Amino acid sequence: MTETSKHMVLETHDLSIGYTSKKATTVIANQINIKLKKGQLIGLVGANGIGKSTLLRTLSSIQQPLEGDVVLNGKSLSDYSNIQLSKVMSLVLTDQLMSKNLSVFELIALGRQPYTNWVGNLSDTDKAVIHNSIEKTNLSELKHRKCYELSDGQLQKVMIARALAQDTDLIILDEPTTHLDMYHKAYILKLLQELTKDTNKTILFSSHEIDLAIQLCDEMVVMNKESVISDTPCNLITQGVFETLFPEDLIGFDAQTGRFRIKK
Amino acid sequence: MNISLGSVSIPIQDIFHSILGTSEHESWQYIIQNYRLPKAFTAILVGSGLGVSGLLMQTLFRNPLAGPFVLGISSGASLGVALVILGAGLFGGAFSVILMSKWSIVIAASLGSFLVLLAVLLVASKVRDTMAILIIGLMFGSITAAVVSVLSYFSSAEQLQQYIFWGFGSLGNLSWNELLILFCIYTIGLLLTVASIKALNTLLLGENYAKSLGLNLKQSRYIIILATSLLAGTITAFAGPIAFIGLAIPHITRQIFNTSNHKILVPAVFIIGAIVMLICDSIAQLPTSDYTLPINAITSLIGAPIVVWLLVRQRKMVF
Repeated sequence: MTETSKHMVLETHDLSIGYTSKKATTVIANQINIKLKKGQLIGLVGANGIGKSTLLRTLSSIQQPLEGDVVLNGKSLSDYSNIQLSKVMSLVLTDQLMSKNLSVFELIALGRQPYTNWVGNLSDTDKAVIHNSIEKTNLSELKHRKCYELSDGQLQKVMIARALAQDTDLIILDEPTTHLDMYHKAYILKLLQELTKDTNKTILFSSHEIDLAIQLCDEMVVMNKESVISDTPCNLITQGVFETLFPEDLIGFDAQTGRFRIKK
Repeated sequence: MNISLGSVSIPIQDIFHSILGTSEHESWQYIIQNYRLPKAFTAILVGSGLGVSGLLMQTLFRNPLAGPFVLGISSGASLGVALVILGAGLFGGAFSVILMSKWSIVIAASLGSFLVLLAVLLVASKVRDTMAILIIGLMFGSITAAVVSVLSYFSSAEQLQQYIFWGFGSLGNLSWNELLILFCIYTIGLLLTVASIKALNTLLLGENYAKSLGLNLKQSRYIIILATSLLAGTITAFAGPIAFIGLAIPHITRQIFNTSNHKILVPAVFIIGAIVMLICDSIAQLPTSDYTLPINAITSLIGAPIVVWLLVRQRKMVF
């Protein structure tokens, strides 16, 4: 192991993602080689339908890779059991909660499930971790509210707090900013950035907020039709990668401001 | 309270004497010890068991309409009983006498629900989607219902009446021995439920989250289905298909306690299920009259308005 690979939380080796059915194999993207470093905020961007969710689902073991390997903390993802994986990686998905009749505290406490005993009782350590994640996400005032009383932005914060309570090296979020207004989009992403600084956790999220991601992320993973490229936002801009994201007829990337503009 | 009600009125004081075996009235003592006490116990087991299995199904299938019978348990039991009662005529003669005994009905019902459940489990191991299992359970229900109607078309009026009577449900026909068997299987089902409390709470987040929290989804699903079938299957075998309790009790409990936490819900459903069943049974006795109404009708007559009232009062579904 070299010095750099020690700080890698997650690496993919020639990963190929997609779906298999009896009739055919649909490859969505292949030759994916990305490295996620410890304590970094990484944004995953790409056009609709390019396979961001599929990539995240593959990285989080919800779905199997077609080829290649995902290595998490030096160990192949397929060698992890559910319970081992739950102590290394936590998720914030776009799935609707089945029950919103839980209090904020109860929902965040569910993040401690991998550590609790057979009936799920919280130890003092568990409680300390839960309170810590509540404070870090500024949810103290909402602690006893029911989840159905919350706005989308508040609920997203609760889901992040839950992932935080799971106390894992890596947190993966699938489009955490959808359905949120401009302020809350910025708020959530800024919160994620602060969390990586405070806790030294690695956070990978997919988003359509490319301009916000450019400003906040340590590294970005850009998916376009040909390839999956990862680098720092500055390097990606210099290389002109963002210009390749979308068809060129309507919007263009302005490297000066780091924003997309409508072509006149 | 429940024990004191019946077609023969017995003063409360004498009831305690009868239970202790010190009553002066032998007939009262007999009624209490061999009829009303087992009936009250049955009511408690049936109410709590069906309530808990309903809760398990609603959480597992993420569906407020699910009850213990969605997996086809009751239709399986009905099929077994229908084959015995209605099919008995086809075999004719002495054979039918053996078939008509009560134990054969219990065995047929257990076997029926067990076989349907086995089929559902077999399909469940192939299908990953929980919703699909729900539909498959309903399909099995339709198939058995169809077979039952074909059978009833070919059977005599008396057989049909006997089958319909079984379908009314009954708490009062159990001897202490039968009760003991019911209790043993019920306890296993309940222990499995308690062991699944953590998994049930995790499932509140949905299956993908549950998996990411380290839950062994397949195993938990099997345990929950097994617990339900043990509870609902045996209860149906002994007491007939008792409607509504399994569906309604979890809703009533959620409305009262306003929580989805299974650490509270499981014991609460247990207690409320038992209480509601005892009340329904007392009403079915029609106090001071000689008639006993079918328990199946009472549970729905009493329970449905309660659920409607609770929903209207709260103006929203708590799930």
